[in-house]
Amino acid sequence: MTDAESRADGDDETALDRILEASPSRLGVGRSGRRPRTASVLSFRADHARARDAVLTRVSEETIERAGLHKITSRVSDQDEYLARPDLGREISDATVTELREACIHAPDVQLVVCDGLSSTAVDANVGDLLPILIDGLEERGFTVGTPLFVEFGRVDVMDAIGEELEAEIVVNLIGERPGLNTAKSLSAYLVYGPERGKPTAKKSVISNIHPDGLPAIEAGAQIVELVATMHEQQGSGLDLE
Amino acid sequence: MTSDFESTITGTRYSFDSLTEVLAKANEEKTGDELADIAADSAAERVAAKDALSRVSLATLRENPVIPYDEDEVTRVIQDAVDEDVYGKLREWTVSELREFLLAEETTEREIAEIRPGLTSEMVAAVAKLMSNLDLIQATSKMTVTARCNNTIGGEGTLSFRLQPNDPTDDIDNIRNSIREGLSYGVGDAVIGINPVEDNAEQTKRLLEITKEFIETWEIPTQNCVLSHITTQMEAVENGAPADLLFQSLAGTEAGNESFGIDVELLDEAYAFGEDECTAAGPNFMYFETGQGSELSSDAHAGVDQVTLEARCYGLAKRYDPFIVNTVVGFIGPEYLYDGKQVIRAGLEDVFMGQLTGISMGIDACYTNHIQADQNDIENLAVLLTAAGSNYFISVPMGDDTMLNYQSNSYHDAAALWDIFDVHPAPEFESWLEAMGIVEDGQLTEKAGDLTVFLDEPEEHLRQEGTQ
Repeated sequence: MTDAESRADGDDETALDRILEASPSRLGVGRSGRRPRTASVLSFRADHARARDAVLTRVSEETIERAGLHKITSRVSDQDEYLARPDLGREISDATVTELREACIHAPDVQLVVCDGLSSTAVDANVGDLLPILIDGLEERGFTVGTPLFVEFGRVDVMDAIGEELEAEIVVNLIGERPGLNTAKSLSAYLVYGPERGKPTAKKSVISNIHPDGLPAIEAGAQIVELVATMHEQQGSGLDLE
Repeated sequence: MTSDFESTITGTRYSFDSLTEVLAKANEEKTGDELADIAADSAAERVAAKDALSRVSLATLRENPVIPYDEDEVTRVIQDAVDEDVYGKLREWTVSELREFLLAEETTEREIAEIRPGLTSEMVAAVAKLMSNLDLIQATSKMTVTARCNNTIGGEGTLSFRLQPNDPTDDIDNIRNSIREGLSYGVGDAVIGINPVEDNAEQTKRLLEITKEFIETWEIPTQNCVLSHITTQMEAVENGAPADLLFQSLAGTEAGNESFGIDVELLDEAYAFGEDECTAAGPNFMYFETGQGSELSSDAHAGVDQVTLEARCYGLAKRYDPFIVNTVVGFIGPEYLYDGKQVIRAGLEDVFMGQLTGISMGIDACYTNHIQADQNDIENLAVLLTAAGSNYFISVPMGDDTMLNYQSNSYHDAAALWDIFDVHPAPEFESWLEAMGIVEDGQLTEKAGDLTVFLDEPEEHLRQEGTQ
């Protein structure tokens, strides 16, 4: 008799079903001797594989082109270096600075930045919907929006370097979050007022868990626009906000 | 100009400016030391540093703490705790001699216990740097450090587990069911400990209450803990929450602790508070977590390598005679520990250094999804550290923590490790598992792995037992 059969007596089964449905954790998986069942192992491996692929694969060119993003790269040259050297993922080269000055709108109210961060899947899954909502929402409020950028191998704080060079008032960085096993699609929006290199994390605002099963693009877009308006009004972000 | 620290062992002369530089460059390869720009530049320089370090005396290590006594209170805690008589007998030893003493056939836990009071964290770290992985396992396996709260952890032939029933929304029912699942596999003797989503006294109190209630209802010989900030826990307890253990993260520098919002004065206060207010029998009731790289991540490493700083965490922890200290080894990210190889090395170093310091040491053998490691790596590490005699591991359902979004060992890993190594849960806890019918003569029964065992009220459960 299997474990599942041995506990399958009426009331308990109903109670167990409810428990398993309610919990996001891997409960009631049973066992094969002292090891997990085959199906549980494979399901775990599948979720981990999705998470790994989100970290290790690149954002598709299609996503970047469709969203009309101007692509630049941080000072990181490959994936291994990206993981080992967060300091390089926060910086851009002199050549990129020159490129930004030539190709981008100067001193916008809001500079939008998209970074692959730790999940290309999150960018691929959300940016197509989120970016147009954001641009429309910001322009409706009378903000000028800079040339939207995609930063390959970008960390959160690359927004400081970009904002400083372009003299933007506010930068919004949409960046792929470190994936969990439950979803690899989660995106965060970091916002900073008066960007400059070395601006502490505490002076940044964040809206996280943006994905279809979390905070959907349409709601996230509205929240970000609202937060930008507040930051503009109060001339600050993060801990500076009331 | 000659240096006190030099080596020609590789055929090239290397000299080092300071003991701190030798300690850093003698480390096995870690991305964190490279990020801090203090690692050896080549494999040859690394070995040269190990060679130079092997000839350094324990007196030199004592007299040259990596951060000066006047500048750092962690240094002061470590230095002031040294037993001068014991140290006096060891001061002429070289690091090489300390390594060979620990590995000698005739050296047992008893002999190691006699030298512990004479060691500083710099000495503990230095000897780890001269050890291979199997050296670390061999030396750790000799050491037995026990601690007592509501049960006894770390005894010969035991292997305990923390049951970590985290939930992404702190849902009480989900947390209770996760506790039921873990207990049904026989885990939870180290602690039933929750990482709360929100760090506030009200939530901490609530989670302490429901865990304590569960423990009392089922008469489980274990301890509860909610891992919010120490000040939050103290506030919860002042408001009447039942806490068996008090938790705090530690760093190996004063500046690192400042970034955690703590200092020695606050820890002293928490310890005095816990003596009066903790609900456990004791005498050990503190729970600390550490991990290589945390000081660098808060820019508080003072140019010191992450192994030496980790040893200093243990030197600080020892002041509070903790029930458990946990190195969270693969959580911090690939910029500190790049892959499975570095995580395994760090795990072996940490448990060795903790036990040599004389604290009840265990590990969260874990990984995030952006590190180059997977479940196989931490299963390997769990096997190695069970062989070494780690006091405990962290465990979560199927290894998947849905609140912290990382993976650790599973409840199944616990069951397999007990079997493979013929080790057992803490004795009081194992007796309880037998009384509950989950374990019989050391074997799992068909109830094992069935959380519904804990759905009924205990009286009803026992009544059903009687009628079968």
